[in-house]
Amino acid sequence: MQYLPNILFAIILIVAIGYFAKNVKSLIRNIKLGKDTDVSDNKPQRWKNMIMIALGQSKMVRRPVSGILHVIVYVGFIIINMEVLEIILDGLFGTHRVGLRVLPISVYGFLIGTFEILACLVFVSVIIFWIRRNIIKLARFWKSEMTSWPKNDGNFILYFEMVLMSLFLIMNAADLQFQALDSGNIISKHIALWFSGFSDSALHTIERGAWWLHIIGILTFLNYLYFSKHLHILLAFPNTFYGNLKPKGQMTNVEAVTKEVMMMMDPNADPFAAPEEGAEEDVPEKFGASDVQDLNWVQLLNAYTCTECGRCTSECPANQTGKKLSPRKIMMDTRDRLEEVGKNIDANKGEFKEDGKQLLNDYISTEELWACTSCNACVEACPVSIDPLSIILEMRRYLVMEQSAAPTELNNMMTNIENNGAPWPYNQMDRLNWKNE
Amino acid sequence: MSETLKVPTMAEYMAQGKQPEVLFWVGCAGSFDDRAKKITKAFVKLLNNANVDFAVLGTEESCTGDPAKRAGNEFLFQMQAVTNIEVLNAYEVKKIVTACPHCFNTIKNEYPGLGGTYEVMHHTQFLKTLLDEGRLTIQGGKFKGKRITFHDPCYLGRANNVYQAPRDLIQKLEAELVEMKNCRKNGLCCGAGGAQMFKDAEKGDKEVNVERTEQALNIKPEIIAAGCPFCNTMMTDGVKAKEKESDVDVMDIAELIANAQDL
Repeated sequence: MQYLPNILFAIILIVAIGYFAKNVKSLIRNIKLGKDTDVSDNKPQRWKNMIMIALGQSKMVRRPVSGILHVIVYVGFIIINMEVLEIILDGLFGTHRVGLRVLPISVYGFLIGTFEILACLVFVSVIIFWIRRNIIKLARFWKSEMTSWPKNDGNFILYFEMVLMSLFLIMNAADLQFQALDSGNIISKHIALWFSGFSDSALHTIERGAWWLHIIGILTFLNYLYFSKHLHILLAFPNTFYGNLKPKGQMTNVEAVTKEVMMMMDPNADPFAAPEEGAEEDVPEKFGASDVQDLNWVQLLNAYTCTECGRCTSECPANQTGKKLSPRKIMMDTRDRLEEVGKNIDANKGEFKEDGKQLLNDYISTEELWACTSCNACVEACPVSIDPLSIILEMRRYLVMEQSAAPTELNNMMTNIENNGAPWPYNQMDRLNWKNE
Repeated sequence: MSETLKVPTMAEYMAQGKQPEVLFWVGCAGSFDDRAKKITKAFVKLLNNANVDFAVLGTEESCTGDPAKRAGNEFLFQMQAVTNIEVLNAYEVKKIVTACPHCFNTIKNEYPGLGGTYEVMHHTQFLKTLLDEGRLTIQGGKFKGKRITFHDPCYLGRANNVYQAPRDLIQKLEAELVEMKNCRKNGLCCGAGGAQMFKDAEKGDKEVNVERTEQALNIKPEIIAAGCPFCNTMMTDGVKAKEKESDVDVMDIAELIANAQDL
């Protein structure tokens, strides 16, 4: 019977990690539904971007208040999680504070003291975050795409962190042995004062309770990630690694189009020639994107990485002037649709069954797509290198090249370019007239 | 006035068996839009003044395809691009300067993948080089001490990280350069990019150009400087919408320099 807690702990740990692994598998499978894209170039620059932007939070601090608070929570999260290693070892082997067996008291105390200070700072930062969302009601957290789930999700994460930090400090405060060391209890010794009248057994119960709730809370939080915008804590790293390295103004040239254009321009090409024996028919089935499978996998990774902070939307000129377009919504819609497609595949034995829905119209309207000025403000604003503009462009390509569904004025503009080489109806032969005017 | 402009074409150069130092890509706005034509002429005056050996394609120039590409018409874009690249390569063009950030971005970034690789400069970068090489001199002249703000074109700034050249030129005019709330990489769009220039805006509660113009007017400039013919139109319309056209001028950097020298 004395091993019961160890066994219980091992079971909880295995179930939690197993369920998380299963969801990570779905996540990877869903991302791979996207088209292939070559991002194997310039590895040194990619590592540098990941280190600077994800690890170093370089773009977060462009907005100093939220940026610095975020750095505190982020650093706190990473460093305090070192404590999880000790908790897991203690849980599996029935030890108590195994760290003390391998580390000198002073070093152990220094570590735990650091965690305590960080836990306290994280707690305060998270409260400020909550106030910004719920009391100050910062505009970007109250845009129309922030419906009930995105709003709740944001708050749940904050509650999780408040509770986890409190449990960590209570666990330390109620630990008589740890308090007796008087090393590293820099914050918890003040909390311990609240427990001064408690019996030893009551304290032991509080300590054990906090310990169990803390680790179960962490494992629950781990499994909450997949369903939450909080997935960015993991995906920010690959996302910044695979982020665009080209100048922001450069839009991809569609290769399949190039082949056709080159053939049209080549006087020796025979347009009626049958493809060579064995040659692959490489005309894509669709130009542009009407659904998530038409996007590339980096764009789908982008969608899962988005933490819905809304910096993109708050910088978007269309959104600022009251248009429907919100770059954040483009990313949220892409993720929601991708999840829907993934569930469809799960429910149909690994095959996607046509569900009569798509990303275009069912999620993203043409009104949103045509409001974009392609100014790249959203791309510049994103702290984790997400590119909403590339999705907007792919969807415009579908509208124009597959459906000829551009707004009339744009069709006029394009007809002019075709006929006379300018977006307006002027004769190309008049192009140099300005010289003599 | 027009007699003083020397605007040779590539065809004329080729007939003489010569290569110009640089090709001036005028662009559709610069060729046809009445307001933008003034910018084109101002830039040519500066080129003539600095004795730059340049040529234009004239009637052999065609739209780069930028608005078609950003509207989603990749076919039309690539047809335009490949046609232009054939002309440029036939003339063995190495270096291109343009006063339009959209042409600049497209030729610089999107043509290489289709067989057209050139050294491409925005006219503010080119003017800065002329200045650094001592071929062009700028005196403050009539703009000395004036409050001038620079509106960053998206396709010059964020798209290609060119922020300093236009600002250096304004400072050479001994003007007081003042910055808007949103500038450089945080610059707010004028509302024309992504083919928006050619269509009405979607339903909203304000026009983007009015929003941007308000940002500019907030810092009380005497001149709003632009580096893009489309931004120029949008900001000019914005100033008119705010009924400030008698107090605030919208001018291209090339016009500022040409006017300062009374060219």
